[in-house]
Amino acid sequence: MTGTYLGMPAFPDFPAFPAAAREAVRDEVLRANLRHATHTIRDKRAGAVAELADWDRLRAAGKAVKDHTLRHLDRYLLQLEEAVTAAGGTVHWAADADEANRIVTELVRATGEREVVKVKSMATQEIGLNEALEAAGIAAYETDLAELIVQLGHDRPSHILVPAIHRNRAEIRDVFRTEMAHWGRPAPEPLGDDPRELAEAARLHLREKFLRAKVAVSGANFMVAETGTMVVLESEGNGRMCLTLPETLISVVGIEKVVPTFRDLEIFLQTLPRSSTAERMNPYTTMWTGLGPSRGAEGDGPTAFHLVLLDNGRTDTLADEIGRQALRCIRCSACLNVCPVYERAGGHAYGSVYPGPIGAILSPQLRGTGSTIDASLPYASTLCGACYEVCPVAIDIPEVLLHLRERVAQGGPATRSGVRVTLRPADGHTAERAAMRAARLLLDRPGALRAGERLLARARRLAPRRLPGAGRAWTDSRELPTVAAQSFRDWWDRERSDPR
Amino acid sequence: MSSKDRILGRIRRALRDDAPEVAIPRDYLPVHGTRTPAERVDLLAAHLTEYRAVVHRTDEEALPALLTRLLDARGAQSVLVPPGLPPRWLPSGGPTRVPDRAASTPYELDRVDSVVTGCALAVAETGTIVLDGGPGQGRRRITLIPDHHICVIRVPDQVVDSVPQALPLLDPARPLTWISGPSATSDIELDRVEGVHGPRTLEVVLVGTQ
Ligand code: SF4
Repeated sequence: MTGTYLGMPAFPDFPAFPAAAREAVRDEVLRANLRHATHTIRDKRAGAVAELADWDRLRAAGKAVKDHTLRHLDRYLLQLEEAVTAAGGTVHWAADADEANRIVTELVRATGEREVVKVKSMATQEIGLNEALEAAGIAAYETDLAELIVQLGHDRPSHILVPAIHRNRAEIRDVFRTEMAHWGRPAPEPLGDDPRELAEAARLHLREKFLRAKVAVSGANFMVAETGTMVVLESEGNGRMCLTLPETLISVVGIEKVVPTFRDLEIFLQTLPRSSTAERMNPYTTMWTGLGPSRGAEGDGPTAFHLVLLDNGRTDTLADEIGRQALRCIRCSACLNVCPVYERAGGHAYGSVYPGPIGAILSPQLRGTGSTIDASLPYASTLCGACYEVCPVAIDIPEVLLHLRERVAQGGPATRSGVRVTLRPADGHTAERAAMRAARLLLDRPGALRAGERLLARARRLAPRRLPGAGRAWTDSRELPTVAAQSFRDWWDRERSDPR
Repeated sequence: MSSKDRILGRIRRALRDDAPEVAIPRDYLPVHGTRTPAERVDLLAAHLTEYRAVVHRTDEEALPALLTRLLDARGAQSVLVPPGLPPRWLPSGGPTRVPDRAASTPYELDRVDSVVTGCALAVAETGTIVLDGGPGQGRRRITLIPDHHICVIRVPDQVVDSVPQALPLLDPARPLTWISGPSATSDIELDRVEGVHGPRTLEVVLVGTQ
């Protein structure tokens, strides 16, 4: 994958999921890396979750906290703003990506600095902040090891938790060797491909940046309305470096990340690490509230803190009664690791910073379904339901996928930039093609066919004798009399024997 | 109209469908198991070790000698000291003491070999130490930049069982750092490597009547 990463706003030009996925499945290295990684994490995760006898109750509580917060999102955001302000922080509101980028650029400019260090943040990737800063003559350095690999490789992240999962150690060594010198301290010579050596090279390269950095940009995993506390979970310490060393800290956070009370963290601090890295707890968690009690010269941490609250399609997502549950997501990435489609296609095929099952429901909601990639994402699934089973906040991803398929195929009401609109159905043939090509590609493997059961059950509930979504468009012009009587596998086998 | 008003207005319009009130069920467990204080400390030690922290046990009296020995073993020439660290923990004659001062630059801290701190509390079930910037702990950066951190925990009184027990004891107004083992990454082929940016070595000293 070469070329400059242009951020989320550029992705609508991306090919539809089936085309991008077809590329990816041909890549043997990529598939081997992905398979190894996703299987390792998901096996470990099952063990970490099994350790907690009350997992289901924690999951239900996490879901409820998020739903409750969304139900009163206006109130909690105002409370958060008040608390952060009282603690010496400054809160900014950004309706879309452009506005957020403008705010951050202005804040950096005001410091007189020309570079910032960044701790991995999906929100800033979503808005294409690095590119916006670059256009303003400001260098943004990613400091998470995987993000560094991605940035140096002129690449795009392919996994929420391990963004460089598609790269193996030899590729990483080559990237370090050729690219580090352009960005700062060159890679040590000679450089082998042992992960220890590579991590050491990254440590040396980045320490130089941490020690001189005056401005940092972060995201946050949680924001507590009651206290104004921001929470960042990480492993490497690059987060702590960014959050504590620079004089100015700018955090760009989606409005859905707020939780009502400090106590609510007891749920997510138990479910997030176990769901994402399969650890009882991640190595480092930083919590800070504004500038803290001892501000000024004797203070601990930055002397200026800015919080940029980002909408960028989130309120539109909130306006959709079925789709809004995607806003519960705590970005643990468990759904990626169990997804048979993700495992084969890789993260890049989703054409957004949110890959995998969550990306398939979040991106088309944040961006609308106007582009080919966004219209095809709801089909990037076998509907097997594994993503729902593992989700620590119980997002019914298959339900939202079906809902979005209907929207793509049939049109209907939606909200764009706060305005209620009526979407026109996608061209029938386009929708059918997207659906069939995605399905053919993805079900080209016996294991995935088990998936059909859930699809069939749901299809029957939604519309007897018809397939949901674009599948429905397909059955509009063809009788499908036996779908209820026939197993999905049989039906699929019959379809597959047709000449393409 | 400001963006704040625009966003709040969108939220209010989005919620016009009268989504039902959601009650939050809190029937999850406050703690996962019943333990004696000694068992709690053992569990903490086991979980920290699993994260590749090095765990030591000692009593008040033997603590200074142990700390001296650990610093010697590292060949530490200098050691960062938070303002409220009990003076007798580090006898004179050891590595040069570098006080935690707001004025010291990150470059200065980068030249220090080790740091010794206390903690606010520790969580046994997750193998976590929490620092809250108290006098025995200092600023967040002193436990971050040096490559070697020795953290002293008074047992059993500073140890709680679970995360739900830990949160009410902490003050969110203070900067909080939760540490579970040394800095680590699994970003390269999921091979775990310690010490990417934070300290490579975390030594935990459990001090109490053993
Ligand atoms: S949708 Fe659920 S499982 Fe997937 S990343 Fe979000 S919280 Fe995790």
